[in-house]
Amino acid sequence: MEQIVTAIGAKYNYIVYVILMMIGLYAMIVKSNLVKKIIGMNIFQTSIILFYVSTAYKTGKTIPIVPYQGHDAVHAADYINPLPHVLMLTAIVVSVATLGVALSLAMKIYRQYGTLEEDDINENLRSEEGK
Amino acid sequence: MVQHLPALLVVVPLLTALSVSALSWLAPRLCLPLTFGCLGFSLASSVGILMEVIASGPVVYTMGGWSSPIGIVYVIDYLSAPILVVVTAVALINLVASSKQIDRDFSDKKGTFYTLYILFVTGMVGIVATGDAFNLYVLLEIAALTGYSLIGLGQPRAPLSSLNYLFIGTIGASFYLLGVGYLYIATGSLNMADLARFIAMPEHSSSTMVMFAFIICMTGLFTKMGLFPLHGWLPNAYSHASPASSALLAPLTTKVMIYAMIRVCLYVFTPAYVFGTLQISNAIVWIAVAAIVVGSLLALTQKSLFKMLTYIVIAEVGYMVGGFFLGNRMGITGSALHIINDAAMTLCLFLAAGAITYRTKSDSFSDLKGIFKRMPFTMTAFTIGALAVIGIPPTCGFFSKWYLIIGGINAGHYGFAAALIFSSLVNAVLFFRIFEIAYFQSPGDSKDHHHHGHHRHKDKMVEAPLSMLIPLMITALSLIVLGIYTGDIVTHVIQAAIPGVIS
Amino acid sequence: MITQTIFTSRPLIAVLVSLLVIPVLLSCRSKNIRESWTFAAAALKFLIVVSMLPMILGGNEIRFTLFDVLPGLPIAFKVDSFGMLFALVSSFLWIITSAYSIGYMRTLNEHSQTRYYCYFALSLSATVGVAFSANLLTMYLFYEMLSLATYPLVTHHQDAEAKSSGRTYLFYILGASIALVLPAMLYIFAKTGTLEFASQGFMTGAFSKQTLLILVLMLVFGFAKAGIMPFHSWLPAAMVAPTPVSALLHAVAVVKVGAFCVARVITGVFGSDLLLSFNLNTVICTIASITIITASLIALSQDGLKRRLAFSTIGQLSYIVLGVALLSPHGLTGGILHIVMHAFGKITLFFCAGAIYVATGAKNVSELVGIGRRMPFTMVAFLIGALSVIGLPPCGGFISKWYLVLGTIEAGQPVFLAVLLISSLLNAAYFLPIVYKAFFCTDEEALFKKKVDEAPMWCLVPLCITASISVILFFLPQPFLRLAEMTVQSIIGG
Repeated sequence: MEQIVTAIGAKYNYIVYVILMMIGLYAMIVKSNLVKKIIGMNIFQTSIILFYVSTAYKTGKTIPIVPYQGHDAVHAADYINPLPHVLMLTAIVVSVATLGVALSLAMKIYRQYGTLEEDDINENLRSEEGK
Repeated sequence: MVQHLPALLVVVPLLTALSVSALSWLAPRLCLPLTFGCLGFSLASSVGILMEVIASGPVVYTMGGWSSPIGIVYVIDYLSAPILVVVTAVALINLVASSKQIDRDFSDKKGTFYTLYILFVTGMVGIVATGDAFNLYVLLEIAALTGYSLIGLGQPRAPLSSLNYLFIGTIGASFYLLGVGYLYIATGSLNMADLARFIAMPEHSSSTMVMFAFIICMTGLFTKMGLFPLHGWLPNAYSHASPASSALLAPLTTKVMIYAMIRVCLYVFTPAYVFGTLQISNAIVWIAVAAIVVGSLLALTQKSLFKMLTYIVIAEVGYMVGGFFLGNRMGITGSALHIINDAAMTLCLFLAAGAITYRTKSDSFSDLKGIFKRMPFTMTAFTIGALAVIGIPPTCGFFSKWYLIIGGINAGHYGFAAALIFSSLVNAVLFFRIFEIAYFQSPGDSKDHHHHGHHRHKDKMVEAPLSMLIPLMITALSLIVLGIYTGDIVTHVIQAAIPGVIS
Repeated sequence: MITQTIFTSRPLIAVLVSLLVIPVLLSCRSKNIRESWTFAAAALKFLIVVSMLPMILGGNEIRFTLFDVLPGLPIAFKVDSFGMLFALVSSFLWIITSAYSIGYMRTLNEHSQTRYYCYFALSLSATVGVAFSANLLTMYLFYEMLSLATYPLVTHHQDAEAKSSGRTYLFYILGASIALVLPAMLYIFAKTGTLEFASQGFMTGAFSKQTLLILVLMLVFGFAKAGIMPFHSWLPAAMVAPTPVSALLHAVAVVKVGAFCVARVITGVFGSDLLLSFNLNTVICTIASITIITASLIALSQDGLKRRLAFSTIGQLSYIVLGVALLSPHGLTGGILHIVMHAFGKITLFFCAGAIYVATGAKNVSELVGIGRRMPFTMVAFLIGALSVIGLPPCGGFISKWYLVLGTIEAGQPVFLAVLLISSLLNAAYFLPIVYKAFFCTDEEALFKKKVDEAPMWCLVPLCITASISVILFFLPQPFLRLAEMTVQSIIGG
């Protein structure tokens, strides 16, 4: 038990990302408004981005910008790991693209049904089927 | 040129997609030929790579000359080469078959449609070819985003279905990304072969982090492939999309995801870890059994053609996942073979259903009356597709089922074998119910008042246009050809793809 | 006996002939041309089969491997004496039935005749395919092909009755083969690694008695075309089909395919030694006996002529199964020979039923009083067919039944002897009254005038031919008897 507590203390970044993720997931499942769902999805994706970036951090080390040092070796251990940042650059692009597609779909839905509330849309569909 | 084919497979469609997008303003007429040419090139080069792989083993291509594990590599091995051919062939055949449908459904946005179409294929090809775990995520999302858009372009109800798909798909992809993140933390690498080397080490194969990474990756991929109970998005998305889109997405998305699962399990986490250390495979096979049974039963309750087909897709996902997690050579062979066969089968059925709806404007069962008389060729192809799904020899569906069931028997997993037989029986009921409607009832029939020659005037042939019919016939024929050449496909390709440690 | 193996593609050609004629049939504009092509294909098929007969009689075996569909498991053909016998009968009767079809279909002005001839040709391909299969997989392939090809024939009328019968038909035939044969076949393959028929069977003693019993039951019931109760209901249902279909397919091709498959599985998969050592053959015999007696009893109460014939067929099919499952030399000979003898007898009866329907529209036994005065030739043929099925001289059926009776004595199974005798009495009880009423009724009773008014020649001639052959087979049972004996020799290993 104690080990777990210390583990949590040492790795609070994991806790934060899980909490954020759950907030996102909650919004996606529970909220009826489509835009709120989309916001939830974005929080969800952002939590993972934060997770990646946080794993790159090393206590007391500096950003990975290496001044020209001639031919001396670069000590990787002195710098924060740049790779997760680079990966997340891509992931951010993906998430923005997803957001774009989601919003355009939401616009299309709004034009069609005049609402973004999922309950109302389902009501609408049901009455359509009843006809 | 030839040694750069793996890169060209992704780069050429990517650039073509941009040019098609531009051309749609300048010279809309050229969009279709350009798309056709691009996919034709993809198919030709996939076949070329397949030949190369069969002749001299897996092809490894290092992007930009950066060697692994630093750079991104594309690895086309015995498993991915045939699936590349399937992906490009399905895309090309569907493009030809659906061109009339595209004209009708997307007359004002043809350029957009073709652009998305090519980008989707790019994503799929990339997923199959890449040897990098993070690159896989990006390509997964390229394919998924274009897939959402292709679906969203469809019927009035399509945007909502597409948005639901997008939510679930994004969760799936994010889970996969998270899993890759944990793998990266544990090993410090993203290259698949490199990861496999690390995971084989005892300190990693016993670590909880790697186990967590595996579970999260798999959950993500299971969501993306629509494995029961994560299948909720699939039926609406595929049945509300335009037939031109669904005939591309349904055969490819789930199958390529299963390929990704196999790739990740065999070449990242290694068979010894997945089937040995984890002791999770039996549970997953039971989930697959549930998917098969539930998918089949839900298919029985449907009243329209596309909806029914989508539930069959869900059951088929269970076939492949279950077969793979049996963890023996026969089961994995069956699973890999079924990726190829099921893509062809699903394409055949969706194309036939698309041709029917093209003419009748509806896919509900009640509008299929007398369709055998009116569209005999389409229905012949549909029948062959149906027989393949039921698993009647010599169609290909029989042979993959053969391997899957033998895999089940060898693994002592009789529940899986029984589920496959059960699903075959249900499929027989499903399709013969349609045949009864299509064969016995005339369009004018209200009830069972039927006399010979009464409705002759309504029985006139209204076959689908040739541009639909010929690709459909080729696909139907391929089901039989694939079945007959099962032996060759298995011995020359699939057996070589399965690591020797699996017996 | 030294068996030589000859490799030739002739079995494949024999199978393909009727397949290849389908596009030709579809493209024919005129009826006459279409039917000449059917004849040509039928004759050609028969000739190819006959051309292989001397090799088989010479003690050789013909093999041809088509594709290696699964590693070590090809689609392969093998012609041995047993398959030869079956192929001879079915391909010969196709010629006769084609002639009969012309008379029947044209007189009744049936719709979709081209489709009818196409599926007929397809069915025959599948039948000969089953006869010439070298392994269980190939057999299963053609078996399923036959199930599907006969569906449009059974449901030819496309009305509500045809629809529900078609449903029953598929439910039993396709359902049983997928649910029982397929798993059993896969299990055997998973455990033994082969499916190649061997004359002594290829399953070794590595199976427990329970497993073997389950496998035997799955395969015997799974080949539902053999009509073993309770998997028989499809046959009476299939009688909605046009009569030539009932005649060739539901008296010869389809049902005999079922019996043939069961016989092949008993001898070629399990092998006589294995079954005898576990005494499993008695189980099969018992199941067959129950079917024989029950089916005969049900036949007594049927008024529909074709339905009565159908139940008679169910009983007679189990004779074949019983004979083979006795696994004694004479029993096997009788069972195998019964395929031939019953085929000629029963097809005659069905032809007669169809001819009566064409000429008078009567479908029921009760409507046939006095019909002998109007259709003397037909009813004489009917009598011959009935005698052959009952097993009385001078008809072919007597020979096979004689061997069957000897077989039961040889196997020391007096119970099954009793079954055979009781069933023969029942056969007589449900056939002979029809003939009696047809000829010897008082003038007041007769439903028909004395004027001779037979069915068209296209119907009449074929049924006379099959009736005469039934009689000829009594005097000249060769080459069928020889083929049956050769088969028995290879099975018993004598």
